Amino acid sequence: MIPPPALTPDAQPSGSASSAPPDIQVEHLRKEFGDVVAVADVSFAVARGSTTALLGGNGAGKTTTLTLLVGLLLPTSGRITVLGQDMLRHRDRVLPRLNYSSPYVDLPHRLTVRDNLTVFGHLYGLKDLRARIERLAEELSFARFLKRPFGNLSAGQKTRVALAKALLNDPQVLLMDEPTASLDPDIADTVRAYLLAYQRRTGATLLLASHNMTEVERICSDVLMLREGQLVDQGTPQALIARYGRETLEDVFIDIARRRSADDDGDGDAAQPQRKAAP
Amino acid sequence: MRPPAERLSVPPLAQRLFSWRRVGGMLLRYLYLYKNSWTRLVELLYWPAMQMILWGLITKYLLTTTSVLAQAAGLLIAAVLLWDVLFRGQLGVFTLFMEEMYARNMGHLFISPLKPYEMATALVLMSLLRTLASFGGSGLLAWALYHYSVFDMGLPLLAFFLNLVVFGWGLGLIVCGMLLRYGFAAESLAWGAPFALAPLCGIYYPVATLPPWLQPVAWAMPASHVFEGMRALLLEHTFRYDLLFNAIALNVLYLAVGLGVFLAVFGVARRRGLLLQAGE
Repeated sequence: MIPPPALTPDAQPSGSASSAPPDIQVEHLRKEFGDVVAVADVSFAVARGSTTALLGGNGAGKTTTLTLLVGLLLPTSGRITVLGQDMLRHRDRVLPRLNYSSPYVDLPHRLTVRDNLTVFGHLYGLKDLRARIERLAEELSFARFLKRPFGNLSAGQKTRVALAKALLNDPQVLLMDEPTASLDPDIADTVRAYLLAYQRRTGATLLLASHNMTEVERICSDVLMLREGQLVDQGTPQALIARYGRETLEDVFIDIARRRSADDDGDGDAAQPQRKAAP
Repeated sequence: MRPPAERLSVPPLAQRLFSWRRVGGMLLRYLYLYKNSWTRLVELLYWPAMQMILWGLITKYLLTTTSVLAQAAGLLIAAVLLWDVLFRGQLGVFTLFMEEMYARNMGHLFISPLKPYEMATALVLMSLLRTLASFGGSGLLAWALYHYSVFDMGLPLLAFFLNLVVFGWGLGLIVCGMLLRYGFAAESLAWGAPFALAPLCGIYYPVATLPPWLQPVAWAMPASHVFEGMRALLLEHTFRYDLLFNAIALNVLYLAVGLGVFLAVFGVARRRGLLLQAGE
């Protein structure tokens, strides 16, 4: 079990209220792949020290937006500013203070967990690497797997090692694509607790794409809703639930995915989503 | 919470532009791969050894019948050894690059401060280490089995070796670019690239043997100058500086083209999202 460093699993997300400039600023972001518009004129800001969710159905543009933010993908047009730096011009200034985890990228399976983390420690130019790796291994409960090849780990163990890789450089901005996908509820819960503890301890800015609405309600202070590459709504989970007159964020998600706006009166036609029964 | 002063401490420009620590990190990554895979270590020596045994035996037989070989018994063995330098030089670059594609690791690597040209530096340095291991191993085997020491060539051997390995790097970087752009669909092309050039490089015969219209193409390859130089050394006992300088000049060009293609394809990959799809 992952020890909760400074936070119990019941801890609440920190608020987004901050007078500091946003850590992530996106203006009129657009990405086309041939005829396909993956992201269409998206603008948003992610407050410094906040935990923000990027939500949307499959193909809404979440992963594309995240990969644009880290610079693995170049936008067709638009502007991305991270930690005050233009990512298209000065990405190299930001990368040492940023990290990313995604189920779409992997670590070399033949290398042991320690070897993998050592390689990335060198790429980030980190000092006291051995101690840092051992601390993360203790905190994320994989110390006994350090000598094991990464490919021999279970999905849950791999996710924790990938998270350690993403936290290795103590990032000020951490982007995560489905951080708890493929984890059992117990491990997913402890990973969420760890992320919140990290966010509280360091004041880092977290932006995550997720399909897990419970997770978002629990750890995120802000939500960005995407549909077909466009930002269609945003706000705190509570504000969105209230605005759509729903009981859970999942209901709001379904409303948005099925093109029901917050202004609709909800007595609509057969195409309208079924309102979920209260638990 | 972070105080404002900690918002972004930008590393010095020189460190951002190039870091031997990052290159060292990538070298470690490849050395760890060999540490954890005995099959990859065996592969370093297996094919060069097989080639050496085969061509050594052919040489032994031809020595009794061929006057050219009677003048320089090591001609074929030296050609085999040096051809393998080019082949291993190219192979060392693109097979390690493919390891990243197999591992779906590109996304992790390129959200770190690693630059594509730092990766290229690590690839060519690892290629040098691999080629030295293969060349050293098969050179010793030739000495043990056929009492022929390629190292008797002395300093010219170093010039031949470096020129061929650098030509291999240039080709290897172009192949890496193709792999990144077209995925594993380009893999068979990657393996076959040096064999497509082999007939043009005058490895076992002089460039003059080729049809006249093909000879200018052959002279555009640094390897042709090296193998002509090798024959001049072994048959005429003269070191042809003109051929050496031609090979160096061409290698500068090929390496620049290779690096240019490699870096340009990274730009294409970032526009098309290939870094996350690498391998598919």
